[in-house]
Amino acid sequence: MSIAVARRSSLPGFGLTMGLTLTWLSIIILLPLAGLFLKTFELSLDQFWGIITSRRTLNALKISFGLSFLAALVNLVMGTIIVWALVRYRFPGRRLFDAIVDIPFALPTAVAGVALTQLFAQKGWLGAPLAELGIKVAFTPIGIFIAMVFIGIPFVVRTVQPVLIDLDVEIEEAAASLGANRWHTVFRVILPSLIPALLTGFALAFARAVGEYGSVIFIAGNLPNVSEIAPLLIVIRLSEFRYADATAIAVVMLLASFLIIFAVNRLQRWAQTRIPAH
Amino acid sequence: MFRRILPLVAGLLWAGSALAADVTLLNVSYDPTRELYADFNKAFIAAYSKETGKSVEIKQSHGGSGSQARSVIDGLQADVVTLALAYDIDAIAGKGLVAPDWQKRLPLNASPYTSTIVFLVRKGNPKGIKDWDDLIKSGVSIITPNPKTSGGARWNYLAAWGYAEKKFGSSDKAKKFVGDLFKNVPVLDTGARGSTVTFVERGVGDVLLAWENEAFLAQREFGKDKFEIVSPPLSILAEPPVSVVDKVADKKGTRAAAEAYLKYWYTKEGQEIAARNSYRPRDSEIAREYEKSFAKVELFTIDDVFGGWAKAQKEHFAEGGIFDQIYKN
Amino acid sequence: MSTQSSVVTSATELRAYAPTADLTVSPPPSRIERARPRTGTSPDNLRTEPGPVRFIIITLAVTFLSVFVVLPLVVVFASAFSKGIGAYLAALGEPEALAAIKLTLLVAAISVTLNLVFGVIAAWAIAKFDFTGKTFLITLIDLPFSVSPVISGLVFVLLFGAQGFFGTWLQAHDIHILFAVPGIALATIFVTFPFVARALIPLMQEQGTQEEEAAISLGASGLQTFFRVTLPNIKWGLLYGVLLCNARAMGEFGAVSVVSGHIRGETNTMPLLVEILYNEYQFVASFAIASLLAMLALITLVVKTVLERRLDEGQEPRDH
Repeated sequence: MSIAVARRSSLPGFGLTMGLTLTWLSIIILLPLAGLFLKTFELSLDQFWGIITSRRTLNALKISFGLSFLAALVNLVMGTIIVWALVRYRFPGRRLFDAIVDIPFALPTAVAGVALTQLFAQKGWLGAPLAELGIKVAFTPIGIFIAMVFIGIPFVVRTVQPVLIDLDVEIEEAAASLGANRWHTVFRVILPSLIPALLTGFALAFARAVGEYGSVIFIAGNLPNVSEIAPLLIVIRLSEFRYADATAIAVVMLLASFLIIFAVNRLQRWAQTRIPAH
Repeated sequence: MFRRILPLVAGLLWAGSALAADVTLLNVSYDPTRELYADFNKAFIAAYSKETGKSVEIKQSHGGSGSQARSVIDGLQADVVTLALAYDIDAIAGKGLVAPDWQKRLPLNASPYTSTIVFLVRKGNPKGIKDWDDLIKSGVSIITPNPKTSGGARWNYLAAWGYAEKKFGSSDKAKKFVGDLFKNVPVLDTGARGSTVTFVERGVGDVLLAWENEAFLAQREFGKDKFEIVSPPLSILAEPPVSVVDKVADKKGTRAAAEAYLKYWYTKEGQEIAARNSYRPRDSEIAREYEKSFAKVELFTIDDVFGGWAKAQKEHFAEGGIFDQIYKN
Repeated sequence: MSTQSSVVTSATELRAYAPTADLTVSPPPSRIERARPRTGTSPDNLRTEPGPVRFIIITLAVTFLSVFVVLPLVVVFASAFSKGIGAYLAALGEPEALAAIKLTLLVAAISVTLNLVFGVIAAWAIAKFDFTGKTFLITLIDLPFSVSPVISGLVFVLLFGAQGFFGTWLQAHDIHILFAVPGIALATIFVTFPFVARALIPLMQEQGTQEEEAAISLGASGLQTFFRVTLPNIKWGLLYGVLLCNARAMGEFGAVSVVSGHIRGETNTMPLLVEILYNEYQFVASFAIASLLAMLALITLVVKTVLERRLDEGQEPRDH
């Protein structure tokens, strides 16, 4: 890979800024991540495989990825509804609600964690009525799911919103004038053109939920094989002096996030070829 | 670059707020001792300056016993460690930070205060929990932290095991008993304090397996009208040990103060502080004085039943050990 | 928008928050108002859903946001003030709380400054020049977004822990990185690494290089060009990146938790203190600290909204 050829531009400073960029990037990002991989190379393939396929690890990964997937799905549906309401309708407090969407992104995760736990604990504002209905949220997988839904909301909304805003109205009008009813126009014309953005938002929410720690650990029951998320298992393995286990799980999660980035990347390309620049 | 900029910025920010003490000690401890050491440190600081004329500052770090030991191994500059169980200090010793014979350097297994495992139940004891047997009844929900990460949880586990082995006379039956017990556990927090919060504040579970001192503290904090302490007739003698971290103390030149700090535990004042904070004192005089505070419980030691920590750790808590087998079922 | 097609950037958390259009699919967020003129021109019955459907959608959206987003925030403040304002202020005046606030500010100052300088440098190299491997480089910068915070802490334990790769050397030279300010700062820099760079790159790409080239040809030096020409053009975007970087730096929990050592009054940041106090039955104190962080989040959002409007204004003429 060569990063070195500046082809266009008579501006100065390419060598210097690129050099500094690469140096800084190497120190902060590449070196630490390389260390992680090096550490796992101390394991034989069998050992690595043994750690990854142990019941507890598999369950933790299943819980993290499975619940993240479900949470991202809910975000996808609710996010679309929210975007639709914010972009297409006028209602009192709309601008306020638009701003509120970003709260899960800006709120520190530990704060979100204690707040959600307080809210959904058996004595909490929402936990108490739910408990009467026989639904336990805090300290169950449902609690993890709720925390993941919370942190994922902004990602779907903020990726889909601009696309819906910029969507060409003429297409809708054309569809309508050709006799399509509203239902058809929405599901056959509008939603399909939102698909790349929807998938991107879904992937971002999913990626965030998979790695999430702070907002989840307070509300999760942390019961092995039931409500123990993979990042927590890493922390537990560390405190058991089992560095190899911790790094092996970390490497798997890291590879998963590479894949997600890669997928999102492809989605973006796809979106670009589908929708011509205006 | 960091090393030059940081002290500068730090110095600017902290200017004026730092009270320079002659010696600063870092005590890395486990979860439930926060209140104990807040009390103990105050007394020691006064006693030390009176005796030596030197001022000493003590910093505290609390967390799950295992993860605290891990931090010390990773380089947390602890002058002394005061952890939940000997195994965790053994792990530190295994990395050469503490002399291998650390447990013989101070009297009484280097455990100046002890405790035991009791049951904290809700007011009126609605499930009628009196003894270990009552825990495995169906419909009883038990809160305990995770034995893999929490020292207190390991004591809980071993106490239950010791009871069952004594009662049923075989380790197979003990395994079944402990397995049944853990089937009734809906939440495994990583530390003892997390479990207490789950039980007390979040209202989960019928009974909390807890350090005796932790149970008393919860009762003090939240009121006797809400929780009752049930002491089973038979339980384990939990010995939380203390040690100087030789490598750190020698490098920082704090050994004298660190040793004085731990020895202070064995004075009447130190023992009194332990008793006041609901830890069972070792000193017989103080113990008599506080006799009424502690229920009479028959206590067995880990050496009696399990042949010491190293063995218990290997058999029960290591990867693939009995706890893992129980949890796989 | 000629420079846009030359770059396909990898998607990130920030993408959703990027102030400018680096891709055709993501123009600035929150620009609801742009939709208005179009809305006005078409007959309503073709463009919208029947009243009941509209009502249901709005109700769903508002209810969902209220329950999942507003309520947790309300809980924070309600719990913080549950024992009155006196208890609240007392909790914040505790030496441990003050130490945590100081440490949090210090760590944020260090990491934001370093990431600011790096972000500008990287954006200059990436946005103003063409080179092969650009996509790859941007992907690397994006990486921390998708790495679990716990892993972000773990990597530094593996490097600088006493048992880690540099552990022996560091011990021998008596340098403390882990369980001290440098370690906390490093972990924070890692997790906030992309914010400034990713806010600037699309903006600077869109602005092209003509203005700078003109300045150079008139005899300005590189630095002069940057400070007189580039900086004024990117100042709002820069502020935007700094703002988000700062919010994340002050609020980081998972990564910092792994490297902190939890020394009271010394290496506990505000988010860590929230957890510690919570575990000490000091719920009011815990939520008091949490409320400060929540205020930070709210202020961040207000400033962000203002900045987005500025960015919008600065951008409109260029769009056409």
